[in-house]
This record gives sequence, structure tokens and C-alpha cells, in this order.
Amino acid sequence: MEIDPFIFRLSIFILSIFIGYYVVWSVTPSLHTPLMSVTNAISSVIIVGAIIASLAGSSESVFGTSSIFGFLAIVLAAINIFGGFLVTQRMLQMYKKKKDKKK
Amino acid sequence: MISANLSAIFYLISGILFILALRGLSSPDTSRQGNYLGIAGMIIAIVVTFLSVGNFSTSLVYVLIFLIVGGAIGAFIAFRIPMTAMPELVAGFHSLVGLAAVFVAIAAFLNPEAFNLGVVGGIKLASLIEMSIGAAVGAITFSGSIIAFLKLRGIMSGSPITFGGQHFLNLTLGIGILVLIYYLCITQSANIFWTVIIISFLVGVLLIIPIGGADMPVVISMLNSYSGWAAAGIGFTLENTALIITGALVGSSGAILSYIMCNAMNRSFVSVILGGFGADSSSDNTKEKKDQKPVKSGNAEDAAFLMKNASSVIIVPGYGMAVAQAQHALREMVDKLKKNDIKVTYAIHPVAGRMPGHMNVLLAEANVPYDEVFELEDINNDFANSDVAFVIGANDVTNPVAKTDPKSPIFGMPVLDVEKCKSVLFVKRSLSPGYAGIDNELFYKDNTLMLFADAKKMTEDIVKNLD
Repeated sequence: MEIDPFIFRLSIFILSIFIGYYVVWSVTPSLHTPLMSVTNAISSVIIVGAIIASLAGSSESVFGTSSIFGFLAIVLAAINIFGGFLVTQRMLQMYKKKKDKKK
Repeated sequence: MISANLSAIFYLISGILFILALRGLSSPDTSRQGNYLGIAGMIIAIVVTFLSVGNFSTSLVYVLIFLIVGGAIGAFIAFRIPMTAMPELVAGFHSLVGLAAVFVAIAAFLNPEAFNLGVVGGIKLASLIEMSIGAAVGAITFSGSIIAFLKLRGIMSGSPITFGGQHFLNLTLGIGILVLIYYLCITQSANIFWTVIIISFLVGVLLIIPIGGADMPVVISMLNSYSGWAAAGIGFTLENTALIITGALVGSSGAILSYIMCNAMNRSFVSVILGGFGADSSSDNTKEKKDQKPVKSGNAEDAAFLMKNASSVIIVPGYGMAVAQAQHALREMVDKLKKNDIKVTYAIHPVAGRMPGHMNVLLAEANVPYDEVFELEDINNDFANSDVAFVIGANDVTNPVAKTDPKSPIFGMPVLDVEKCKSVLFVKRSLSPGYAGIDNELFYKDNTLMLFADAKKMTEDIVKNLD
């Protein structure tokens, strides 16, 4: 009997939860805020779905009902991707080690 | 343009890059590099999607335009947002992920052919379940995050809103969603699909309104987790590895953060969700105590004198520091103290502030080196050997009642042993209790000197007096 491809995706999903579990526990507590902003940015990879929906229209009818939702989702996800990564970058730039001992 | 197999491999690579992005956050040194890996993963995912759809007609132009519009808005927000507003920003971003998930699910429902999910009215059963779960969780994330955003922003009162039968109503609606999804699978009816989404929006609102301001760190982490599960649901619908991996990562990340925050408050996740904490803030015994016990209060001059003669000072920042934007003045004060060869460290409670790591970001913004900032368990033993504890904007997290009074609502919560210091300087506007609604015994200790003022103003005055 053949295995349903769904089972493979489920396997990936469950293994990823385990990876996430171990990776996130190793994140230092002082970086928990950047962790939240970067997880925010990467979860916006949902934009791939939005792009597929938007590109479904033909040249004559760019805006079908379905692709309009796609376009809206693109805007939302793009705000998140750029905003998320840039604000994370901005925060991480601020974390500095102690400079050489006081003069 | 490229085969489904090849694009699946690229999505896998982008998923791995996202894992490495989170891995980088294990230390500030590697974190910046991690962020670049995350950006690379995102670029790969987007480019591969363009190539695999292979439609380079007018639609593509619009896609790029909308991408740029969204990107510009995002970049603008990222550069302009003050660090103190980070909790609101993150809540706002969560709401966008949630709404995007809803929109993608709707698009997939309306045009399943584009996603290879069957035809309208004949969508594959598994896909239908996945997309409706994705849409429902996305909708809950969206409306819940909006409420969290409004509460954090102060547009909506931070105090919990509760009413009779609230939890029963939530339960009914939750079951209702599952029942509707079941009927959706049988009938493929668009109306049921819309109803599921609308009820989910309602559930999101109802879930967050009973949760008070002090529990916000848990709420934000929880919504973070939800946004991940929503993404994963959509990932299953689209059969997209990158999205499944990311969803799982984000989902477990948010769940772990919620767990850490609950632990730091010694509260169960369920009790946070049920809400209502801190609603009855003025129970009668707190008022009595306030009148009876004497409090020593001082001014900036006294504080400066105490600290100048100390050899070690521990700073305990809290949400009040963020509100007063006192972090830069604080750093100036610390610089002055260091010039006098006084050892200064910072002690941070996990739930100080309104989101995990909130205080660390603010101190980093004020150029405080991160190796001077310590977490609760690493520094708690040092209070006994230190001369001065400078509590600025923190309250409940220093309350010794948590260790002594089993009747207190915060009993058992890990607290900073501030009272073990030789002397305690407590910057606060008034004697009012903190978010937990309980009186802080620390105010009445012999070795505590209260400094009644705005955190920023007081710190600036101390700086002047240190010269």
C-alpha cells in the first residue's frame, strides 16, 4: 500500500516542532523580544500562498475575487516581512558587549 | 518553470535557513548573522514561488507593486517605531499574519484550481479541513492580536473585561466552529466557510478581553504561537514544506515563551486564559495597611548620597521605566556611579515589562552592555551582598509577600530578593499597588527609601546630585 503524502508532511511538521522546541530553549532570555519579531517575520512566508493566488489570474482578468484576496494578503505579509526583519535587525544592532575597562 | 520537486527542495532549504535564524539567537554575537540567514530564506521562498507558478503576465507586475507597497510600509514602521512601543508592534504584526492566513485560505477556497486542490464545490476533503482550520486559527490570531494591541497601546483599558457565562460562551463557540467545519466538509458550502471565519473573529475578541495588563507577556507569546499554527495549517493546504516547517517553529516558539512567562508568574496557563487576574484591585485589607504603616520617603539628594557611598548597586527595572522612557537617564546615572568605582549590575525578572525580553531591549537601546544585565536566577543571590538595590518601575516582581504569605495571589511566584540588600531605593509615583492589585511589603521595610516621582525625572535629579 502506498503512503499518503499527507503523512510525509505530517512527519515534517512534527519533527519541526521538536526542532523548534530545542532551538527555542537555547535562545538566551535577553533576546526573547527579537525572537518574537523574527518569528513574526518568518511566519509571513505565508506570502507564497498569496503569490500563488494572485498569479492565478490571466492577463485579461488580473483581479478575480480570489486574486484580490491574494493581493491583500501580499500587502499584509510584505509589511510583516520587511517590518519584522528590519526591526529585528535594528534591535540586534543595539546589543553590544562591554567596551574595554574604564579608563 | 521549475519542477515541483526542485521547488520543494528549495522550500526545504528556506525552512532550514529559518531554523538557523532562530538558532542564531542563542547569543547576541551570532544573532545578526542569524537574521541575515532568515532574510535569505525568505528571498529563496519568494523567488521559487514566482518561478514555480511561471506566470509572467500583467499579474506579476501587480504582485511586485503590492509587494513593494507592503514592504515600504513595513520598513517605514520598522525604522520609526520607538523601542518602548515594541510590545504593541509585535501584537500588531501578529494580527497581520493572522489576517494574511485568513485571506490566503479564502483565496484557496474561492479558486482551488490555482492550488491544485480540486474544483469549486469539490475541494479535496483533507485540504478543506486544513484550510478551514488555518482560516479559523488565523482569524482568532487576528482579532485577538487587535485587542492585545489596543490594550497595550492604552486605547482600550488594560483591566480585564469579564461577564457571566463567558467561558461557557467561548466553549460553545469553539465547539460550534468544529461542528461547522464538519458540515463544511459534507456540503462544501461557501456560507458555512464564511460563518466559520466570522465566529473565529468573535472568539479571538472574547478570548483576549478578560486578560489583564499584567498577563500581557503571556498573551503576546500565546498569539505568537497561534500565528505559527495558522501558518502551518495553510502550509498543509498548500502542501508547502517551508510554510509547514516555519509554522511548527513559530508555534512551538510561542508556546515555550508562554510557558516561561507563566512559570515566572507561578500561574497556570489555564488560569491566565480564563483571565480576570487583577480585577479586584482594591480589596479592603490593602487600604488599611496603607494607612497604618509608616513609609520612609526621600529625595534625589538622599538617593545620590546612598549610592555614592555604596560599593555595589543592583538596578531592577520594570514596566514603569518603559512608560517613563527613563532608560537613557538611567544609563547616565550608572555611568556616573561607575566613574566612582561602584559595581553596577542589572537584574531582570522574566515578566518585567509587557513582553518577553522587553527590558533587555530597552537597556540595549540605552547602550547598556548586555553582559551587565542578568536574569533572575543568575543574580538573585547577589542581593544579599550588595549595598543598594535601585528599583525603577518594577513592583510586583520584588514583593516579598510572594515568599511569605500563602494567601497572597502572587504566592509562589519567583521574585527578586531585593529586600536582602542593605538598602533599597524604590522609585514610584505613589504607594498604589501594582497590576496584581496587592500591596508591596517592601515599601514599609526599614531599609527601604521611597522616592516618589516620575522615574525619568527622579533619575535625572539623581544624576545632577551625583556630581
